[in-house]
Amino acid sequence: MTQPAYDNSAPKGEPWVWFTSLGLIIGLTMVAGLLGLVLVNGFSVFWAPAVPTVKLSDGTVMMGQLAQRRVRPDSPASNPKYERQYQVGLRELNGASYVWVEEAKIAQEDFSSATMGLERMENGPAFVTPVAFVNASGSKVPLTKATFNDLLNEVERASEIRSELNTIQRSKIGAVNAKMESTRIDLRRAEDRGEPTADIKAQLAALDVEFNQLRALSEKVLAKNALAKIEVRDARGRDVVLPMATIVRAWLPNDMSAWDRVSLFFSRLREFLFDEPREANTEGGLMPAIFGTLVMTVFMSLLVTPFGVIAAIYLREYAKDGVILRMVRVCVNNLAGVPSIVFGVFGLGFFVYVLGGSIDQLFFSDQLKYNNNTPVFGTGGLLWCSLTLALMTLPVVIVATEEALSAVPRGMREASLAAGASKWQTIRDILLPASAPGILTGVILAMARGAGEVAPLMLVGVVKLAPTLPVDMVEPFLHFDRKFMHLGFHIYDLGFQSPDSDAARPMVFATTLLLIVLVVCLNLGAITIRNRLRARYKGASF
Amino acid sequence: MNPSASRIKVQPATESEGRKDYIRIQDFGFWYGAKKALDAISLDVPERRVVAFIGPSGCGKSTLLRNLNRMNDLVDGIRHEGDIQIAGRSIYDPGIEVISLRRRVGMVFQKSNPFPKSIYDNVVYALRIMGVTDRAVLDEACETSLRKAALWDEVKDRLNDSALGLSGGQMQRLCIARAIANRPEILLMDEPCSALDPIATGKIEELIHELKAQFTIVIVTHSMQQAARVSDRTAFFYLGKLIEYDTTEKIFMNPSQAQTEAYISGRFG
Ligand SMILES: Nc1ncnc2c1ncn2[C@@H]1O[C@H](COP(=O)(O)OP(=O)(O)OP(=O)(O)O)[C@@H](O)[C@H]1O
Ligand SMILES: [Mg+2]
Repeated sequence: MTQPAYDNSAPKGEPWVWFTSLGLIIGLTMVAGLLGLVLVNGFSVFWAPAVPTVKLSDGTVMMGQLAQRRVRPDSPASNPKYERQYQVGLRELNGASYVWVEEAKIAQEDFSSATMGLERMENGPAFVTPVAFVNASGSKVPLTKATFNDLLNEVERASEIRSELNTIQRSKIGAVNAKMESTRIDLRRAEDRGEPTADIKAQLAALDVEFNQLRALSEKVLAKNALAKIEVRDARGRDVVLPMATIVRAWLPNDMSAWDRVSLFFSRLREFLFDEPREANTEGGLMPAIFGTLVMTVFMSLLVTPFGVIAAIYLREYAKDGVILRMVRVCVNNLAGVPSIVFGVFGLGFFVYVLGGSIDQLFFSDQLKYNNNTPVFGTGGLLWCSLTLALMTLPVVIVATEEALSAVPRGMREASLAAGASKWQTIRDILLPASAPGILTGVILAMARGAGEVAPLMLVGVVKLAPTLPVDMVEPFLHFDRKFMHLGFHIYDLGFQSPDSDAARPMVFATTLLLIVLVVCLNLGAITIRNRLRARYKGASF
Repeated sequence: MNPSASRIKVQPATESEGRKDYIRIQDFGFWYGAKKALDAISLDVPERRVVAFIGPSGCGKSTLLRNLNRMNDLVDGIRHEGDIQIAGRSIYDPGIEVISLRRRVGMVFQKSNPFPKSIYDNVVYALRIMGVTDRAVLDEACETSLRKAALWDEVKDRLNDSALGLSGGQMQRLCIARAIANRPEILLMDEPCSALDPIATGKIEELIHELKAQFTIVIVTHSMQQAARVSDRTAFFYLGKLIEYDTTEKIFMNPSQAQTEAYISGRFG
């Protein structure tokens, strides 16, 4: 049998298959590379490597953790010379935490089992040789491998005292301060209006007494940490005494089991996730930033969903088709393409100054008048951040909802109307439930965009360091007017605004990793809800 | 006022009442935009009888049916002339609310269209829409209509399962149950069996026989046998015109129009 002519030609699609798949491969490789880089660098923050004692050919000795190794920029490409960066810590003695060393000048490198690593409240870590420690009751104990566990107990005890102190100073004294603040405003108002002030003054006096009591208490607690300290010797043989109160962690980097290393890793990870930052954010935890990001994203979703859904219902179900409707659609779609900083400027100009200013005028005029014109809502805060991002992500939700509504089978709509339902009943009972998964897809996209956004937030209420959380146990529990911390801004601040950029770099990666994980978690949560809904509304058919 | 109270009571079906002309279509013409879909249709449907609409595809059967409960109002650019009266009152009377008209005129669609809700919620949808919240009334209505739709025995143990888990034929019977749950006076069925197997079709035909005792039924069908089996009267449409309308017996045994005879004997359409 003869083949038809068209069968003889070679398949024509092949090159394009390769070409298109190449595009995909390049894209995926870049994403995988990015994630890998962030993952490796992010997790290395928590890992405690062995710490060498480095002797240089010129006789200097130092102890520190290898931070990076690179080709010297001035060395020829044919014969590259390397240099290493060590984190030597003890900033108060060494001047800088990080030191660059030419590899050629390293004469000897050994890993003494005695070397001890110390993480401290300030001035970076310390890598030293232990000598002795003084415990809380004042008796001095030589510090050896055998007594190391006792040292750990002392460190633990000191950190408990620290957190006790923290509770008193931050929460209790903070609360008294806030109360004093508002009582002083009351006083100024009463004086201004010529009302009797005796009551208020009595209140103020009572608060003052409370304040002094708390201060005395905190001093008493502080005194419990006064005796304990660690005596160590640094690489150059200088004797250093470190108060126990400043020590966060101690470990023996060259003499610890794998299990110890892993538990140190997790202990640091836990601190990272659940504690507050210290040392200008370059160390400690990110809890306030994680919390702020979460709260802001949730509020943003709560704001954007009803607005978007209502707008989409009007556009899809009620508005008459015509030029105006089409123009509105084009505008909505274009809104999605407006750079986010523009929304930030709008948020600052309209939400903060106009809306916030008017709210202050209307409801907080006393506060303004008697508290040196300190604005309440007339400055950046959680509410304005959420609103600004809600506005920014509104088009996403509108478009997704419109799509979902129009994807509801016509039959369902007709069945409802034929049963005698009004248009609104049909929308409420049939269309909205059936399009819920589609709407949620829109909300997921909005959340993903909102959670990672930084630029507009810098204008309307995110700060480098917030003393309080936007949600806490003080009435009214939800503080929409408060400024808060945000992971995205934290990354920017650490990476580009930090005085010690060497110390900040590992945290930049760790924070980036955390932001990615957070966005993924938020999305996974929403996707799970959506899939549940989908399963409910999409059974087997025919 | 309880809107459902007046409709919940079962009307007695006597022979004499059945003679009354219940739906009266007079010189009815209908346009989709510039396209004329129906031309001067006049026909009367007696109470508690079954009338079948037959005719080749595109001749306007669905259009006429969908006008009886004003479902065509959803389409843009429509226009009509003439009048349709139900129980002596024009459905285009500005005093009549479309919603209350649709509550009196139930509809079953060609493609079954259950809501993505439970079987129970599907059946009582119309009652809930009317504001009935009394669980006993809803339960009772659910059971009676499912029984009438010959579906009760199959689903009585899974009323709270999703309706989308039913088979195609069960879904169609569910849609019938849903359409009769609020006791409309008229039931419109647009090719209710086109997606069903012979057994399900048989069940639905039986059902139509039973429902006839209480409802006035208008059914569109492409099956001559079905029209002959279930209907009392048959209307034959061709290109938007009503060619012949008479008792089913007469249409099938002895049609007076040549076109009708040609269509019935399968020579065209
Ligand atoms: N929404 C619509 N817009 C415009 N024209 C329509 C619309 N619905 C139906 N028509 C036209 O009206 C005419 C009658 O349509 P109709 O659906 O009533 O036919 P039918 O008799 O039900 O056909 P079938 O047996 O195939 O269902 C057809 O020519 C069709 O193209
Ligand atoms: Mg049709």
